[in-house]
Amino acid sequence: MINAKYFFKGYISIKGANSPAIALFASFLAIGALFKSIGLNIQESIFSTFLTYALPGSLIMAESLIVGASLLNIFLAVWLVNARLYPMTVSLFPLLAHKSQPKLKYYLACHFIAVSAWLIMKENYQVVERKYRLDFWIGVGAANLSVAVSATAFGFFIADYLNKDMMIGLAIVNPVYFTCVMVGAMKTIQMSLAVILGSVLGILFYFISPEWCILFGGFTAGTFAFFIGELNVN
Amino acid sequence: MSINIVLAILVTSLATYISRFLGVITSKRIKENSKIFRWFNCLAYSTLSALLARLIVFPAGVLVEVDYLIRFIVIFICLVLFLICKKNFVYPTVLSAFLLAFLSSNF
Repeated sequence: MINAKYFFKGYISIKGANSPAIALFASFLAIGALFKSIGLNIQESIFSTFLTYALPGSLIMAESLIVGASLLNIFLAVWLVNARLYPMTVSLFPLLAHKSQPKLKYYLACHFIAVSAWLIMKENYQVVERKYRLDFWIGVGAANLSVAVSATAFGFFIADYLNKDMMIGLAIVNPVYFTCVMVGAMKTIQMSLAVILGSVLGILFYFISPEWCILFGGFTAGTFAFFIGELNVN
Repeated sequence: MSINIVLAILVTSLATYISRFLGVITSKRIKENSKIFRWFNCLAYSTLSALLARLIVFPAGVLVEVDYLIRFIVIFICLVLFLICKKNFVYPTVLSAFLLAFLSSNF
């Protein structure tokens, strides 16, 4: 079961100074409003954020519904844009592993992998006792997911009061927050290269393939950054 | 609920969960102080940056309607504010929404 003390410690960590709560709320509020405008009802909107909980994927789903794309197209497009969750999981879960935790818990806890919760955990895992890191993580994830779900519902209800300028304003909050986060993460040569090369190659690969640019650009940039960083350390 | 939308939501969730699920399977064999762990860490940050760059340069949704220059000015000003305010995340994020809404409606 989940250790309540560590779960709540994780849950309240969303109140910290570096918290993604504002960015998360603003972007899911916009998603809620978008869902309403394309014809989803409130149950579907909440259901979508609760089950998917990854912003770019939800945006792609919304756009696909507008143009009437096939389910296979939606699957591929969402998988490609959300494939970043794979390296994110691999670079976090070894830090949470402990033999006392049941295996099934990891498969449920991985649903909370999204940039917001991931960043909080990456910065705080060292201060949490290893045995309870998974419980702390579930708390962090649950807090972020509850912000996302409530923002979606709120956005759905206030959709009619949001004009285009407000929607545009909301849409930039998340990219700005993550630009700051990425610049803040550039503490070593390896990390700096990963961030800079990732952005440059992500854009360059877009001209070859808009669908695969994140995956190809990210993979090439990350691998280059790793080798150059390792050479530098040695 | 109309069936199409529910199916689309389920397909989206499945496509998203697969990466998380495969990540858990892979991470079982990886030690946190290994080189491969550091490689995955680089991959995580670089794919995030690639996604972020794409969202800013080739956005989806309403941001398409904002001129490139205005988007870059807003990101630049907010980044400078972030660095000036000793890496506080609240000021730049709040400012960005108002700044972009203002600039896009007036220019």
